[in-house]
Amino acid sequence: MSAVLKPGASTIVSARSPARAKPALLHPVAKPLLFMLCVLPFVWLFYGAFANTLGANPAEALIRSTGDWTLRFLCITLAVTPLRQWTKQPSLARFRRMLGLFAFLYVVLHFLSYAWLDMGFDLATIAHDIPKRPFALVGFTAFVLMIPLAVTSFNRAIKALGAKRWKALHKLVYATVLLGLLHFFWMKAAKNNFGEVAIYAVVIAFLLGWRIQQRLRSA
Amino acid sequence: MSGHGTGSTLAVQTDTRPENAMHFLKDRGFAIPSSEVTPRDVYEGRRHLLKLLAMGAAGATLSAWAARVALAQSTTARPNKLAALPGSHSSVGGTMEKLTPYQDVTTYNNFYEFGTDKSDPGRNAHTLKTRPWTIAVEGEVKKPKVYDIDELIKLAPMEERIYRLRCVEGWSMVVPWVGYSMSELIKRVEPTGQAKYVEFVTLADPKTMPYVGSRVLEWPYVEGLRMDEAMHPLALLTFGLYGEILPNQNGAPVRAVLPWKYGFKSGKSIVKIRFVEKEPRTSWVKANSGEYGFYSNVNPKVDHPRWSQATERRIGEDGIFQKKRPTLMFNGYESQVGQLYAGMDLAKYF
Repeated sequence: MSAVLKPGASTIVSARSPARAKPALLHPVAKPLLFMLCVLPFVWLFYGAFANTLGANPAEALIRSTGDWTLRFLCITLAVTPLRQWTKQPSLARFRRMLGLFAFLYVVLHFLSYAWLDMGFDLATIAHDIPKRPFALVGFTAFVLMIPLAVTSFNRAIKALGAKRWKALHKLVYATVLLGLLHFFWMKAAKNNFGEVAIYAVVIAFLLGWRIQQRLRSA
Repeated sequence: MSGHGTGSTLAVQTDTRPENAMHFLKDRGFAIPSSEVTPRDVYEGRRHLLKLLAMGAAGATLSAWAARVALAQSTTARPNKLAALPGSHSSVGGTMEKLTPYQDVTTYNNFYEFGTDKSDPGRNAHTLKTRPWTIAVEGEVKKPKVYDIDELIKLAPMEERIYRLRCVEGWSMVVPWVGYSMSELIKRVEPTGQAKYVEFVTLADPKTMPYVGSRVLEWPYVEGLRMDEAMHPLALLTFGLYGEILPNQNGAPVRAVLPWKYGFKSGKSIVKIRFVEKEPRTSWVKANSGEYGFYSNVNPKVDHPRWSQATERRIGEDGIFQKKRPTLMFNGYESQVGQLYAGMDLAKYF
């Protein structure tokens, strides 16, 4: 293992560090890379549904995992702003829209898998089923609240609405994440199994609490 | 005779004489048309032939006869995982539906003592020790007794019963259980006039059951039946499935199977059977009496407060994109057990 180090090797290392490193976040492949990462659960579920690797009850696995991923992406999206401030990396903001849209992708898949696999796309049954069950109604409301956010996610919509109104509208995400958490809590309440719910509750309380604190400080 | 895994060799005396199996032929309960039958090439040729006959080549009478003979004569192919526990084929509650694969029956379980995820019991239940094991039969009986499990296994001839299993969560299976009617045991201990209910107490051993400490339910898990329900021939004291002893995650070494009730009524790994005067306070009623009742009979017309009970998904058979199948009243056993609940408001006594 005798290293064949060229004499100049050490100087290369030292020459790189002091200069203000161009953040990796601004690298042109950063976005595509994140996209690939976010799409992985979808690919895995899609593959599993056809390769039959989702266990004994694949329909249930599909409905549950898409719900889990919705809640996860909502948390990740809400974590962008606090992270941006703590790490002093303003460029993190460029990923927020994509993360939010992935939350929307997974909620659409969640609703579709329920409507298809559980309800056989029978609209009358779905319309009857949702209002009857508070847990489903809360989840459905959270889904509906996400639609205007997804629809107004592109630049022209932001311009058309004006930044102020756009920001006000997108505060709906706070209601969405709380309703999503309640939906998850109710689902898990069946087995008095609140371990996982507690983790999400802590994360969401932290993310929203941080915003309240910011607001109070600036007031 | 003995399979891998368990060191115990079970020498079970089983009566396979056809005349003994014939006792049960009166009670058929085919709620599903024989047209749904899928032949299994693992069966011996004779059964296959009879089955083909039953599928409609012959007239209605002949096909019914052939189907019954096919059931009475066949044995389910063993997965060769555990010690054998053969049972003579019984047609009590017999269904001709396709069996749920052994793999699914043993990896998709609700057994909260080993975790609340349905894949948990299959992974965690290997810690359960099923020998030595005793079952105390006590309370309002003239002959209380503590049975050793191996004594209980020999109490009556083993039968293989193919039952539908409907979980309260909206999925179902078809399982070839091995056991004998609970009434066989009940008759022997001679309940007194005070015995109105039977309570099943299951094992709660924090050393071998990792989730017994959890607050999901009150431990030990307790279930119960009315005396007439427990005496019904369909009520099975179960020791095996697929021709072998019960895997731990399915409730070894002995469990109840009550095919007309939601699955959670069928207590697993039973250690005590008590005969009592008052309706037992069961674990799920204690946990949430608004959602789970003492009777918990399968009923497509009475919904769970949080979901519909009108349909179900058959594990391992219904494709992922297939519409769910309708749930049958009393899980398809209405003709056998319906009279137990004559005049009762089933929406009130859910």
